[in-house]
Order: sequence, then structure tokens, then C-alpha cells
Amino acid sequence: MPGPGRNGTRGEIEKSKDFGKAIKRLAKELTIFILPIIIAVILAAAGSIIAINIPGKLSDVVNEISSGLTQGMNYDAVWGLTIFVASLQVVSAVFEIVEGFIMTDVSNKFARVLRNRISAKVNKLPLKFFDDNQTGDTLSRITNDVDSIAQSLNESLATLVAAVTLLVGVITMMFVTNWTMALTAVASGLIGFFFVSIILKKSQKYFSARQRELGKINSHIEEIYSGLNVVKAYNGKSEANNEFNNLNQKVYDANRKSQFLSGLMPPAMHFIGNFGYVAVCVVGAILVTNNIISFGTIIAFIIYVRMFTSPLSQIAQSLNYLQLSAAASERVFEFLDETEMPDQKDQKVHLDRDKVKGYIEFKNVKFGYNDDKLIIKDFSAKATPGQKIAIVGPTGAGKTTMVNLLMKFYDIKDGDILIDGVSIHDLKRENIHELFTMVLQDTWLFAGTIKQNIVYNRKDVSDKKIDDVIKTVGLTHFINTLPKGIDAEIRDNDSVSAGQRQLLTIARGMIEDSPFLILDEATSNVDTRTEEFVQKAMDKLAHGRTSFIIAHRLSTIKNADLILVMKDGNVIETGTHDELLKKNGFYAELYNSQFQH
Amino acid sequence: MFKLFKNLRKRDVLLIFLAVILICFQVWLDLKLPDYMSEITRLVQTPGSEISEILKNGAFMLACAFGSLVAAVIVGYLAANISASFSKTVRKKVFNKVEDLDTSKVKKFSVGSLITRTTNDITQVEMLISMGMQMMIKAPITAVWAITKIVDKSWEWSTATAVVVVILLSVVAVLMVLVIPRFKIIQKLTDKLNSVTRENITGIRVVRAFNAERYQQKKFENANDDLTRVQIFSQRALSILSPTIFFFMHSLTLVIYIIGAYLIDHAEGPDKLTLFSNMVVFSSYAMQVVMSFLMLAVIFMMVPRAQVSAARINEVLDAEEDIKEGTINVTNTAETGTVEFKNVSFKYPDAKEYLLEDISFKAEKGQTIAFIGSTGSGKSTLINLVPRFYDATKGEVLIDGINVKEYTFKSLYNKLGYVPQKAVMFDDTVSGNVAFGDNGKGKKTAKQIADAIKVAQGTSFVEKLDKSYFAHIAQGGTNISGGQKQRLAIARAIARNPEIYIFDDSFSALDYKTDAALRKALKEHTKDATSLIVAQRIGTIMYADQILVLDNGKCVGKGTHKELLKSCKVYREIAESQLSEDELKKGEL
Repeated sequence: MPGPGRNGTRGEIEKSKDFGKAIKRLAKELTIFILPIIIAVILAAAGSIIAINIPGKLSDVVNEISSGLTQGMNYDAVWGLTIFVASLQVVSAVFEIVEGFIMTDVSNKFARVLRNRISAKVNKLPLKFFDDNQTGDTLSRITNDVDSIAQSLNESLATLVAAVTLLVGVITMMFVTNWTMALTAVASGLIGFFFVSIILKKSQKYFSARQRELGKINSHIEEIYSGLNVVKAYNGKSEANNEFNNLNQKVYDANRKSQFLSGLMPPAMHFIGNFGYVAVCVVGAILVTNNIISFGTIIAFIIYVRMFTSPLSQIAQSLNYLQLSAAASERVFEFLDETEMPDQKDQKVHLDRDKVKGYIEFKNVKFGYNDDKLIIKDFSAKATPGQKIAIVGPTGAGKTTMVNLLMKFYDIKDGDILIDGVSIHDLKRENIHELFTMVLQDTWLFAGTIKQNIVYNRKDVSDKKIDDVIKTVGLTHFINTLPKGIDAEIRDNDSVSAGQRQLLTIARGMIEDSPFLILDEATSNVDTRTEEFVQKAMDKLAHGRTSFIIAHRLSTIKNADLILVMKDGNVIETGTHDELLKKNGFYAELYNSQFQH
Repeated sequence: MFKLFKNLRKRDVLLIFLAVILICFQVWLDLKLPDYMSEITRLVQTPGSEISEILKNGAFMLACAFGSLVAAVIVGYLAANISASFSKTVRKKVFNKVEDLDTSKVKKFSVGSLITRTTNDITQVEMLISMGMQMMIKAPITAVWAITKIVDKSWEWSTATAVVVVILLSVVAVLMVLVIPRFKIIQKLTDKLNSVTRENITGIRVVRAFNAERYQQKKFENANDDLTRVQIFSQRALSILSPTIFFFMHSLTLVIYIIGAYLIDHAEGPDKLTLFSNMVVFSSYAMQVVMSFLMLAVIFMMVPRAQVSAARINEVLDAEEDIKEGTINVTNTAETGTVEFKNVSFKYPDAKEYLLEDISFKAEKGQTIAFIGSTGSGKSTLINLVPRFYDATKGEVLIDGINVKEYTFKSLYNKLGYVPQKAVMFDDTVSGNVAFGDNGKGKKTAKQIADAIKVAQGTSFVEKLDKSYFAHIAQGGTNISGGQKQRLAIARAIARNPEIYIFDDSFSALDYKTDAALRKALKEHTKDATSLIVAQRIGTIMYADQILVLDNGKCVGKGTHKELLKSCKVYREIAESQLSEDELKKGEL
């Protein structure tokens, strides 16, 4: 079940491990979009420069009108100035919109590239990676982390440039005009900025705390809801409630604090603006009375002060975004830099699937998932064309591992596997996969129609062939009962039973029609009566192919040509069912235990 | 939504009232600011003004600004408290409600949806309260107040302001109509992208075995392209918003000035000066009016989303509980350890067909009753009637001679040890998982826990774990194998020391040897306990005192293994598919 909370709650503001390195890497990856980014940055800077000039021109309009108070209105001058200001506004708005469009494009296309690369990477990683890492983690990189990068890119880059331009411009203008006034304005702005950054830091801390606590309570809720029957039947409600109340209280505390602090920002900024206004007016008035400046200077500074505070907070916010995208890009690139499966330039032998005879030989195979622990210690066995080989043994004996090695999902540590006499080391993975049909215990169906699931990636499969296969596995009746027949959609939780799912995966295998067959616990999800159908279908599938069958239920393998009994990574007995029973060894013990009282 | 707000506590309502008063005060101060501002501007512009006058007005202005800040801080504090306390109350209510929901209701909602309703949906409403409440109160007050301050100055200016407000609101509306439906699409496309990746990873062996990497990548890229396209469209639309708003706001100032120039020019003598200062004041108030309308627009965007969430939460809170608790709370019943079904039939409330029809049997103390049949035959449903996950539609289910409906939940569950098909593991230690719940007999001791694990054949693997009995089990037991989970789940039932065990196909992940050893140890450990077992393997149940064979919800055979081999065709088919001729003969002897 996809826990909706799981992906949604990881919004915590994480610190990057190495901010500089992450940003450098991000910049390097972004070079493909360098041209549009430069254009956007130029537009943003130009927009800022225009914006700096608008207030001055606006006060010119007021001055013109105020001079009209005494000596009749000069309409030409008023209109001229107004039209000038208006056209500045139009230009700045157009610049801003175009810049916004470009950055939206860049950030989303970059996100698309990253997502495609992550998805392609999934298919290049060794299977071991997926043993060690959770699916949810990869998914969150594709969605949350890439989104974070795209969003911060969109919000931060151009904004940062615009804000810095504005800030530098305003400061220059201020100091050029009058340095006493400039110091007053900068000082009052900086005091405010100092307080704001304290608030920002604090609130960030509580926001992380809030995300953390929310994550905890969400996973508690998920746990209790999915085990509700057990909670009920074990009178576990009070236990669950205690834990819940405890977590809920913590969420409440973190919630309260983080929301309060983040709510402080706008009124604080507002106050700082007003404070700067008063400071500039008072200092200005003193200077005016001492005849150091004219009152026009004060008006200009009133405007500069306002222009000074807003880029400061914008810069603070953009830096925050950059921090966020550094952390996210670290996670994304960490994934993209994972070691891939070895490339296969040296494997030049190719086995043609239509000409393969069907010999397989295991020669002293040794293997372990970790370097320090061998799972398969010394495995040797031979299969001749058309033989049905069964592998049995208790859990953990290494049965499924054999399949993984045969399919070259993992590379063996020592020894060799020969297919028609050719070493597995000399064959490309794709070539080996072509030779095998594999049906597994977990019946993997994807969201799509029944037909899509059966045909999968095979091309040019005729409808007749599909019908034949469906008939062979005995699904014709079932499919005809569905509303859209073979084009009916398969979803997670509907009426397709475990047995029917298994039959569909067998049908998929039949379409592939390869010389070798692997059935890994293919019937353990199915009740025993349905199993008979599946069994029959599998027997048809196995006919004429060299096949390997791994089974839990010993009844499935009684008619195998050869049974390999595995224990602790070794084959300890071999023979047919009857031979092994006569031997009265481990197999016999295993077999008889199912009838013990 | 208002229904949900009833969950605000009395204290919170009082706080809201306080917040409203403070917001009024704040708006009053905010609107006073421009007065002082223009006074200071006037003083600065007038040559020969006293510095002390400027200082005085500056001090007043700062006092107003500071007062407004203080009010805003207090309001922010109140809002944070109200919203956090609201979400806390509602979350608890929903959680408790879900705990009491019937299994069929849970299925109808689906666990995933219930989780979202308890988490994201509540956060959604909480956000509306914490951010929206202030705006919702502040915006109309500011708008109305500012309008009254300027409305009598000049109809030309007012008209210009009204026109700009209308234009801005229409821009916002058009953009929202374009963007909001696309947000839903984006959500869907993101889900699609996730599911394609998830399917690639979960089926990675199949994908590789079929050399279908490119096929999967193609699928992903298609989904990715769709997502990117919609994202770009909606984000572009949004990026127009802020430049447009600022453009119109600045333009409004210009328009006011131009109109002002004409008005001033046509006025007489002293009126000119009044008009001029009116113009400056008007332009700053007009901004306030425009801003508050924009704020209202933002709220209108937030409300529908929260409304949907509120409705989803209410759906859970209003769900009816069909399974009601009884009143009998006795530990000493006349009979003990018996389970009896009397002509029990069951169907889902809105279903046409019965899932179970006319099932009767009685398990005496210490007996083992087994149920077998193909998938969908109703085995699991049948034993789910005992712990009242569902209630029988017809007939009676009796425990110790009393109908299960008569017991309080607590006393009923104290008699039962239920092990589900899919082992449930909590994020806790091994011991914590085994000791989970309450059996009315006090806290379980370390020895009881160790014994239970021993009987469940778990000792050897538990003791090999790092920190053994105190080893940490991840949520859902992802860090141990299926067979180990199942053994711990069984140990959990054993640790309850119940009168009656219910095993819902709980042995399927065990290999035959462990299965056999476990059943043997269980028999010795619990001589007097009654067991109800659902199983798929004949081996697991062939020695049961009574076996019920189910087919399509009907009991088609009842008896021991030997009897059924002779009398029941379905049973014989199942047996033949699992056992050899020899073993079948052994059974027949």
C-alpha cells in the first residue's frame, strides 16, 4: 500500500553536507541551459534598474502637480512624465514576465532531464542496490527532491540577481546622494534584517521539528490503521492511544511554535519599513534645518529606504531556497553517481535463442551478497536439454539465489555457469535474458490492460497467438467475463485473484517463448485447487524446455527429472523423488514433516 | 466546514473573539499611519518647521507602528494556538473514530484514504485557520475602513480605484480558472510517474528478464513529458500574476495623479491645497483597498481546498458504527473454551449474494477445528465473525454459550488470541511486539514473552538478533523475513494466554518442518485452549478434531481427515493435489 504520508512528509529543511560542492555540481549540470539562464538574468537585472528609477519619476509627477498649485497646471509636463513612468512600468512588467517564462521553462525542463536520468539509472543499477535501498527513497528523489530543485531554481536564481542588483543600485544611489542619510538608512535596515534573520533561523528549527513530529505521528497512524484488526482483537487501543496522545501533544507544541514564528515575519518587515521611514525623516529634517540637504533629498530617501528593505528579505529567502536545492541536489546526484553494473564491451559471444540446445552446467559456483558471507558455497550441477530440474530446501538455503545467478542479476564470485558450453562471463546480460523465461512468486502486473500485461515489450505479437496463450493457461472464461475482455484495465485492488494473476504472468512467459524456463515459487500464492490449473499451465510451458523449478510445496516437483536438495548453500542430495525418499535423508525428512502431527 | 469548526473548544472561541478585537485595533493603527506620514512629509516640506514637531510626529508614528506590531504578534500567537489546538482535537477525534470503525467501513474508505484524512486533510484545514483566519478578519475590516476614509473625497478617484479592483480580481479569477484544475492533473500525473517507477523497481527482475528496460523508460518518459508540459503551463500562468498585480497597482497611482492634476487645476484658491493633500492620502489608502481585495481573493482560493478536506474528515466522523458493544463483562461463564456457530449466514450490507450460508458447528474446549477450501470460499470471513470484525447476518455466533454480540469488546477480546493472515508488526522491540495489547491479566513478564516466542519456534532467530529480545523491529517488520514475522505474530497470541486461538492462514510462510514443530509445541503448551485454524495445506490440518470444507460459502463437508477423504469430493481433490497415493492410502486406513 502506498502510504500517502510517507512521500509527503519528507519536506524537512535539510542541510546539505557540502553546500559549495553541491552548488558547483548543480551549476555544471545546468550548463546545457546556459543561454536562456543568461538572458533571464540580464532581464532580471535590467528590470531592477528600471524599478530603481520608477519612484524618482513618480515623485517628479507629484512635484509637477504641486508646482501647478500656484501657477496653473502644465499638462504637457504632467502627461509627459506620466507616460514615461507608465512605459517604464510596462517595460519592467514585460521583462519580469519574460524572465518568469524563461526560468519556468528552464527549471521544468531541467527537472524533466533529471527525472529521466533517475529512471534510466534505475535500470542500470545492480540488483544489490535495491536490496539495500527502499523503493520509497528512490521515489522521493524523483518527485520531492527534483521538485525542490526545480522550484528553488525557479524562485531563487533570477530573484537573487534582481535583488542584488536592486540592493547594490540603491546603496550606490544613497551614498552618492548623501552619506549621512545613507548610513542612517542602511543602519536601520540592517537592524531590522538582523532581527528578521534571527526569527527566520528560529522558525526554521521549529519547522524541522514540526515536520519530524508530523512524520512520527503519520507513521504511527499508518501503523495502527493498517493493523487495526490486531489492535482491536488484542485490546491494544489504550496502548495505541497513549502513544498517539503523546505524539499529538508534540505535534501541537511544534505546530504552535513554528506557526507563531513564521507568522512574525510580515508584521516585523512592516515595522522595519516604518522605522526606516521615521529615522530617515528625523535625521533628514535635522540636516535640512542645518541647511546641509534640501527636502527633495528626504523624499528620495523615503523611497530608497523602502526599496532597500524588500531586496534584503528577498535575498534571505533566495539563499534559503538555494540551501534547500543544494540539499536536494546532493541526494539526486548521489543517486545518479551510484556505481552501475559493469559495462559489457568485452562480452562478444552471442547465443542465438533459436539455435540453443539447452545445456546448463554449474561448476563449483561460489557466491555471497556481501563479501564476508558466502550463501552459495560450492554448487555444481548439470542439466541436459528438456530436463525438468527442481531445487528444494528450507528457507535460506539459497534456492532463489541460484536463479539470480543464472539470470546474471548478480555476478558469481567464483566458479562458472555454462550455457550450451559458453561461460556466463562471456555473455551479455541481455543475451542471457533472451534465453530465459522467468515466472516469479510475486505476480508482477502493472497498471494497464490485460493485453498489455501479457504482450509486455514483445513486438508483432498476433492476436491469434495471444488468444492461444490465454486458452492454454485457461483464462479464456475469466477474460470473457470482464467488461472489456482482454482490454480490461488491471488495478491494484480488484477482482483479479492471486491465482489469475499468476496465470497472467505465465501467459506473459509463454509469449516470450524462450529455450530455458525458470519458475521460482510460482504457485505459493495460490490455493491448492487453483494451483492445479497453474500447474497444468506451467507443465505446458515447460514442455520441451530445460526448466528450473523452485518450490515450497513439494507436491509440485514430484515429477521432476532431477531434484537438487539444497541446505546452507550446498547441494546435499540429488536424485528423483522416489530415489530421494528411499535414501531416507534430508529430503525424506523434509517431505514427511508436512504430515507430522 | 462550519460543522468541523464546532470542534473548536470554548477557550479557542474566546481566543478568536480576542483576536478579532486585536485585529480591529491593529487595522485602526495601520490606517492612522498614513496620517502621521503625510504630517511628517508636510513638516519636512515646510521650511522652518520645528525639529521637535517632526520628532513628536515621528514618535507617534513609531508608537502606532510598534502598537500594530505588538497587536500582530499577539494575534499571530493566538492564531497559532487556535489552529494547533484545533488540529490536535480533530486529529484525536478522527483517530479514535477510526479505531472504532467496522472492518467493512475501513475497507470501504480504504486504509490509505483514512490515513490521508487523518493527516494531510487535517493539516489542510489547519492551514486555513492559521493563515486564513487573520486575513479573513483583517481584509474586510481594512477594506471597509479604508473605503470610508476616502469615499467622500472624489468620485473620480473612487471610480478609478473600483475599476482597478475589478480588473485585478478578474485577472486573478481567470488565472485561477486556468491553473487550479491543472493542479489536480499535476497530482495525478505525479502519481502516475511514481507508479511507473514503483512498478519498475518492484518488478526489476521481470523487467530485466524480459530485456524491457527501454520499454519501461519509454513509459516513464511519456509520463514525464506530460507532467512537464502541464507544469510549465500552470507555472507560467502563475508567473504572470505578480508582475500584473504590481503593474496595475502602480498604474492606479498614476491615474490618481492625472485625475488629481485636472481636479486641482479646475478648483479655486484654498481648495487646491486641500485637493493636493487629499490626492496623496487617497493614493496610499487606495493601495490598502486594493491589497485587501487581493487578500480576499487569496482566501477564496484557499477555502475550496480546505472545504474538500473538511468534507472528507466529516465523512469519517459521521460514519455510523454498525457493530455495537454488548454489556456482558464476566470472566466466569458456565461453559469455557467453546465456540459455536448456529446456522450462520453472512453477506455484506449492500451485497446481493451471501458469502457464507448456513454454517453450523461446535468446538468444545481443547479441540482444534480447521477450515479448508479454495480462495474465495469464505474461510477467512467465517473466522472473522468470532472477533466481530463482521457480524453474522443471520444466525448466532456463541462463545462459551453466550452470543458474541452480548460481550463488551474488552471481555470478548480477552478470551481470544487472533493471528491474521498477514502478520502485523509494530515499530517497537521484539518484546514490545509480542507483549502488545492487554489481556486483562496484568503486564506480561519477560519470562511469559520468552516462553511464547519459544512455543512459536522463534527463540533461535530472536536470540541471534542484535540485542535479541530487545532488538528493534521496523514498522511492518521490514527488517525480518516473512516467516519470522509470522512466528512473532503467533507468539503475540500465545503470550495472551487466551481460551480460544484463531489462526487465519497464519502458517503459510513457515516451511513444513517449522509448521509441524510449532503446532506440536502449541498443543503441549495449551492443552485446554480451543483452536480455529484456516489453512491451505492439508498437512497443517489433517489431524484436527473436526475439519469443515467450504466451497463458495457453503459447508460441503464436515468431519475428520479420514472421514472426509471418503465422503467429500472437494476435500479429496484438494488432498490429491497435495499428497501422494501412499499418503492418501495412509489417511484412508
